[in-house]
Amino acid sequence: MIIDLQRFLQTERPYWTELESFLNQLEAEPNLVLSLERLRHFHHLYERTAADLAKITTFSSEPETRRYLENLVARAYGEIHETRVKARRFSPLQWFLKDLPRTFRRHLGAFGLSLGITLAGCAFGTLALALDPASKQVLMPFAGLQGDPTKRVAEEEKMKQDRLEGHRPDFSAGLMTHNTRVSIFTMALGMTWGVGTIFMLFYNGVLLGAVAFDYIRAGQTTFLLGWLLPHGVVEIPSILIAGQAGLVLARALIGWGRQIPLTARLREISHDLVTLIFGVAVLLVWAGFVESFLSQYHEPVVPYSAKIAFGLVELSLLTLFLAKSGTKATPATDGPPA
Amino acid sequence: MKTSALLIRTPEGIVFAQELAGPIARFLAWLVDQACIIASTQVLGVALRAVGLLSPSLAQTFFILTYFILSLGYGMACEWWWRGQTLGKRVLRLRVMDAEGLRLHFPQIVIRNLLRAVDVLPVAYFLGGVVCWCSAKGQRLGDIAANTIVVRHPKIIEPDLGQLLAGKYNSLRLHPHLAARLRQRVSPGEASVALQAIFRRDEFEPLARVELFAELAQHFRAKVDFPAEVCAGITDEQYMRNVVDVVYRQQAQPPIMRH
Repeated sequence: MIIDLQRFLQTERPYWTELESFLNQLEAEPNLVLSLERLRHFHHLYERTAADLAKITTFSSEPETRRYLENLVARAYGEIHETRVKARRFSPLQWFLKDLPRTFRRHLGAFGLSLGITLAGCAFGTLALALDPASKQVLMPFAGLQGDPTKRVAEEEKMKQDRLEGHRPDFSAGLMTHNTRVSIFTMALGMTWGVGTIFMLFYNGVLLGAVAFDYIRAGQTTFLLGWLLPHGVVEIPSILIAGQAGLVLARALIGWGRQIPLTARLREISHDLVTLIFGVAVLLVWAGFVESFLSQYHEPVVPYSAKIAFGLVELSLLTLFLAKSGTKATPATDGPPA
Repeated sequence: MKTSALLIRTPEGIVFAQELAGPIARFLAWLVDQACIIASTQVLGVALRAVGLLSPSLAQTFFILTYFILSLGYGMACEWWWRGQTLGKRVLRLRVMDAEGLRLHFPQIVIRNLLRAVDVLPVAYFLGGVVCWCSAKGQRLGDIAANTIVVRHPKIIEPDLGQLLAGKYNSLRLHPHLAARLRQRVSPGEASVALQAIFRRDEFEPLARVELFAELAQHFRAKVDFPAEVCAGITDEQYMRNVVDVVYRQQAQPPIMRH
């Protein structure tokens, strides 16, 4: 109960100001470590301000002060009751070499499912084209894939002029941004309880299966491998990882066999989702470069054997990276991510 | 149940409210942000014309990459640097917060911005708007996934009591202890009703005005029993003006005696 409001404000304001400066400092320096004494003082200021808020809430004529105190208490509450570890100083190298592969492995089941759905799509695309060749227009609704593979290969190999001359960088940038948007969309569709993500993965599989079958049936397997492997061995796993992230999100949303609330389940995976999708973006930058600067060049400019070998080396390195990188435990520095 | 405010109760038993932002305010903020992105892109386009003279492909590459980073990263960067605000949200006085009042983390900002890809479907954030409308905490899909809310911090304008009550004699102030009790017993909602009635008194029909102030005066008289001579000879409307003066004005104006 406040009898003399002016006096109350005069007495308490210094404590609020001190708490505010504490909060500003904590928010400006995420790595700041307070001594036990300062921590106690901070807690005391928080409790005092919270008590002041309780007193002033009933006071009808002080909406500004009430809002100010609500803001202070809300900020201090966030600092004091936050149990997640604060973000440590971000190291891009450590993130890429350790956090990303570890996160990938932590959700290996979701990646397996993502791969399985895509393979099912591949099988469907192959079967559909094998049983009904007329379905090509529906399965591959892109002008570049509509023609006869044999004719295309002949044209590509005869081509004397570089059709990407002077446009390689923007072609590459276009590929990177497009594929990253598709990956983000695939992950985001996890919010449809995974239905959208599954659809995207299956559709990608159908497209891939149909294209592969079309070229293999036409006897152009070498061209197909030389064309797709250099960038595909990175691009396709990237989409699969985006699908993995979408399925992780869907699982948290559905909460199979989990007894914790939805908000806690979503909190658990938030850092992993961000790690996976940023990892996908990095991989797609590489895939974009390779597709623009290597995949579009065929024999006699670049021998297919060299392109296939390059693709296989990439695939081996990527597999090794995802399977082994960051497996060595360094407990002192590798705390749970914020 | 859908509410316009989110109440957060701390373990110390303190409850503080966060006013939730509605879909319309959020949509307007988004429009401001889009305008910012478009304006930045236009500026970038002009700047890249010079680069285009040297290498059109390089200019095009810069444009594609910068637009991509700008369109995706604008929300993330602003909300991270300005603790939950973009330019649009600043204009509309909105802020992104953790749904449980905890500190906003970077992954939360990233997720809520990346999931715009779904919220925007099929066009102009229709899905996000519908979900936001139906959600108890006014969350779109991105907010649900990131466990965030968008709150509104309206600017509170101090009522201009000077013009309304300055220089008027207030008999209630002759009894400071009773005036203090009145201040304690009047709730914020009641005080607001009384203030609005005084401010808008000229908008009422004469009969409605008399009835309204009679009802209000009766309600407020029941709160504190002032001596009869204090209220003698003043109308219900004058009594309510005195009440508003006591509740809202901290420093008592020196009463001017009428001669």
